[in-house]
Amino acid sequence: MSITDTDAIVIGGGLHGTSTAMHLALKGMRPIVIEKNSVGRHASGVNAGGVRQLLRDPAEIPLSMAAMDRWLDLESLLGRYAAMCEFVGHIGQVAVAETEADMRKLEARAAEIRALGWNHEELVDRQELRRLLPAVADHCIGGLVSRRDGQATPYLTSQAFRLRAIELGVRFVEGVRVTGLEHGTRWRVLTTDSIFTSEILINCGGAWAWQTASLVGETLPRGYFAATMMVTGRMPSFVDPVVIGTGRQLSFKQTSTGTVVIGGGILGIADLTKETADPVAERMRVSAETCSILFPIMRRATIVRAWAGLEARMPDQIPVIGPSQTAPNMWHAFGFSGHGFQLSTIVGSLLADLIVDGRSPLPLDAFRPSRFSEAISGVG
Amino acid sequence: MSNEHHDLAIVGAGPAGMAAAVTAAELGLDTVVLDEQQAPGGQIYRNIEALERGGHIEKLGDDYRRGAELAGALRASTATYCPGSVVWQTSPDGRIGLTGPDGARMVHARRILLATGAMERPVPIPGWTLPGVMGVGAAQTLFKASDIVPNVPVVIAGSGPLIYLVALQLARAGCTIAALLVTTPASRIASALKELPRALLAGRNLLKGVGWVQEVRRLGIPLANGVSGLRIDGKDRAEGISYEADGSRHRLAAGLVLLHEGVIPDNQLSLSTRCQQIWDAAQLCWRPATDEWGATSEERIAIAGDGAGILGALAAENLGRLAALDTAFRLDCIDQAERDRRARPERAALARHKRIRPLLDRLFQPAAESLLPTDPDTIICRCEEVTVAQMREAVHLGGEDPNRAKIFTRCGMGPCQGRMCGPTVASLIAHETGRTMAAVGTYRIRVPVRPIPLMTLAGLIGEEEGLPPGESTL
Repeated sequence: MSITDTDAIVIGGGLHGTSTAMHLALKGMRPIVIEKNSVGRHASGVNAGGVRQLLRDPAEIPLSMAAMDRWLDLESLLGRYAAMCEFVGHIGQVAVAETEADMRKLEARAAEIRALGWNHEELVDRQELRRLLPAVADHCIGGLVSRRDGQATPYLTSQAFRLRAIELGVRFVEGVRVTGLEHGTRWRVLTTDSIFTSEILINCGGAWAWQTASLVGETLPRGYFAATMMVTGRMPSFVDPVVIGTGRQLSFKQTSTGTVVIGGGILGIADLTKETADPVAERMRVSAETCSILFPIMRRATIVRAWAGLEARMPDQIPVIGPSQTAPNMWHAFGFSGHGFQLSTIVGSLLADLIVDGRSPLPLDAFRPSRFSEAISGVG
Repeated sequence: MSNEHHDLAIVGAGPAGMAAAVTAAELGLDTVVLDEQQAPGGQIYRNIEALERGGHIEKLGDDYRRGAELAGALRASTATYCPGSVVWQTSPDGRIGLTGPDGARMVHARRILLATGAMERPVPIPGWTLPGVMGVGAAQTLFKASDIVPNVPVVIAGSGPLIYLVALQLARAGCTIAALLVTTPASRIASALKELPRALLAGRNLLKGVGWVQEVRRLGIPLANGVSGLRIDGKDRAEGISYEADGSRHRLAAGLVLLHEGVIPDNQLSLSTRCQQIWDAAQLCWRPATDEWGATSEERIAIAGDGAGILGALAAENLGRLAALDTAFRLDCIDQAERDRRARPERAALARHKRIRPLLDRLFQPAAESLLPTDPDTIICRCEEVTVAQMREAVHLGGEDPNRAKIFTRCGMGPCQGRMCGPTVASLIAHETGRTMAAVGTYRIRVPVRPIPLMTLAGLIGEEEGLPPGESTL
C-alpha cells in the first residue's frame, strides 16, 4: 500500500474542511483533504444558503461579524472563483413578527444583544417591514432585521472553495474513507485507498465527526439531523431579503433565478450509515402552509423539488472548534448545528491561525471540545 | 383520522399494472391502482374504453382489442382503481404521496409495484426544442386520446417500429406525411440479420413490422433511409428540417416535425426510491435492477413492464402477473409452490415475446447523434435551456457526475427533474471524462417527482406514522 507524506491532513471535504485547508495553504502548508464522498456532498452543498448574522448565539457573533466582512470581499478570499458563489450581500435578513407576542420576543432579543455591545440587529415597525418586504401579509406587525445579511448558492460556494484551494496547492482525495488513525511521531491515516501521514490532523467530519473522534478514543456529541428544503418553480421577483419566522418555524428566500427556497426546521429522515437524508412530505405540509400565510403570493407557487442534508447538531447548538482532548496535534471543527454556512469564510482562517501561530485572533473558548465533558463532570 | 392502508399499491394502469391488479385482487390482496390518466390503458392502450364504446378500435388496429379486455378485467376485479392520481413520491418504507381529484394524500402499502412504463427517448438534435417539434409518441397520444390530427405537412424522423405505425395511423386519418426520414444506417441492417432466425420464432410480430413498411410504400409516403445530421430550422417555430442522405444535404419544409429514437424505461420513481439501476448496453438506457419476479434492491418495491426494461405491451402483462404472484407469496396469500405453478404459463409466454427483442434492439439502436449531441449550441435541458457547450464547461470545473454537473449549470433542476436531459447529460460526461455510463451514474431524483402546487401540499391528508424522528441527540 502506498504512503503519502504531507504536513496537514483534513478529514472531511465540506466547507469548513475545505476552508481550513485553504487557509493552511495560505500559510505555506500543503494540506490533503480526505473526503469519503465528494466535496460539498452533504450539509455544505445542500443547506438553505442564507448568509446570516441575525439571531446568532452571542458566542458566535464576533465570528459572524468577521465572516460577513469576508463575504462582502469574497474576491480577496477566492480570487477568480468568487463570482461562482452567487453571493448577494446587503439584502438583509428579516425575522417577521406576526403577533404582539412575536414582537415582544424580538424586542427582548434586540435588547439582549445591545447590552452585549452589538447593534447589527435592528427592530423595524409595520411601515419599515413593508418597505423591506412589500409582499408580506397584512397581519404582520414588525420585525428584526440585520441589514448586511445576504445569500449565496451553497453547492457552488463549496466548489468555489475547492477550486481556490486547489489553486493554492491543496490536494483533494475524494471517494476515500478513513478507516484508522494512529499517532507515533506523526499522524498515520489509514484509508480505504492508501496511507497518508502528517504532522497535523484536522477533523471536519460534519455529522460523522464524532466517528473520527472515536478513532482516537475521544467522546464528542453524536447529535445529527436532516434539514429539509423545498424549492418552487420560478416566480416573479417579490422578495429580496431572506425571511425567517418568529412564532413559527420558517426560513424563506427567493434566488436570482426566481425560485423560492423554503426551509427552517423541517426534519427529514436521517440515516448516518446509508449516508442518506430524505424529505418527509407529512412534515413539509406545515411549512407550505406557513409560507402561504406569511406571503399570500406563495399560494400560486408550485413545489418542484425537496431535499434534505445531513448535519451535526450539538446539545448547545454551537460548533466544536479547538484541539482534541485526547490526541496531540489534532483539531476539530464541526457541529455547526444548521448554521455553519455563513461562518465558512472565517472558521478555517481562525483554525489555521490557532494551529500555525498558536493563537486565534477571535475568542474560540465557547467552542472548546472539552465543554461537554466538563458539563458531565460538573453534574457528577 | 387514520391513514389509508393497502396490501399492494400499483402505480400505473398500462398492461403491466392492469394485469398485476387483476391477479393480485383475485388472490385476495387489498389492491389499489393509482393511475395518472382518467381511464385505464396506459400509453399503449390510452383511452381504450372510450374507443371501444365508440367502435373506433379498428382505426388503431386490431392489436388494441387486448387493451380493452384488460381494462374490462380491471373494472370487474375487486382492485380499487383511482384515476387522475399523480404519484409524486414512493418511499422504500411503503409510503406513497399522490395528488388525486380531491387533493394530495399519503397512501401506505405493504408492497408497491411500479408499473410506470416507458417514455420516449429524448432526441436532442439542433432545433428540437422549437415549437412545432414533438415526439412521435406524444403525437400518437393526442391522436388516441383526443382524435387530434395535425393539419400541416408532417415530417417524421428517427428510428424504430413506432415511426412506421404512427405514419400509417396519421396518414389513414387524413394527415399529409411530407416525409419519413429513417436514421437506421444501412450497415445496421446487415448486422441485425444475425438475430433474424430467433426473431422469426416471434412470427406474427415480425410480419406485422414488415407489413407496416410495405404499407408506407404503398401509400406513397416519401421515405429516406440511412439519414443523418438531422437539424431543425426555424426562428420562432419549426419551419423545416435538413439532413444528409446519399452523400448530400437535403432540406424539407415542415410545419410539424415528429422525432423518435425509441423508448426507454420511465425510471423516475424507481430512481427516487433508490432502487439500484443498471446501464443496459443493448438498449442503451438505465433500468432498475430486477429479479425474475420484478423485485428490486428495495425490499418493498417491485417493478413490472417497460419501466424495468423495454419488452413491449404483451410481455408487460406477463411481468405484471409475475410480480403480483410474488407479492401474494410474500404477503402470505399463496405458498411458494402455488406461486411457481401459476408462474409457469407466464414465463413461457414471456419467453416467446422476448424472442424478437435482440433483433429490434440491434436494428433500432438510436442514432449516435441523438445519444451524444456534438453541436455546442444544442440545448440539452429544456427546462433550464442548458447547452452542450455549457455542460462541457461544467464537466471541466468538476461536474464529473450528473448530480455535480446539475448544480454548475441548473441542468435537470427544472420541473421535469432531468427526465428529458438525464441520459444526454450522462453520455456527455462519459464522453468528456472517458468513463463508462455505469461509472458516471444517474441523477438523484427528489420528491416530489412531479411538481405539486404549494397549497395542495399544505392540504396533504395523512398523518406521520412509524417514521424515525429525523434527529438524533445521542
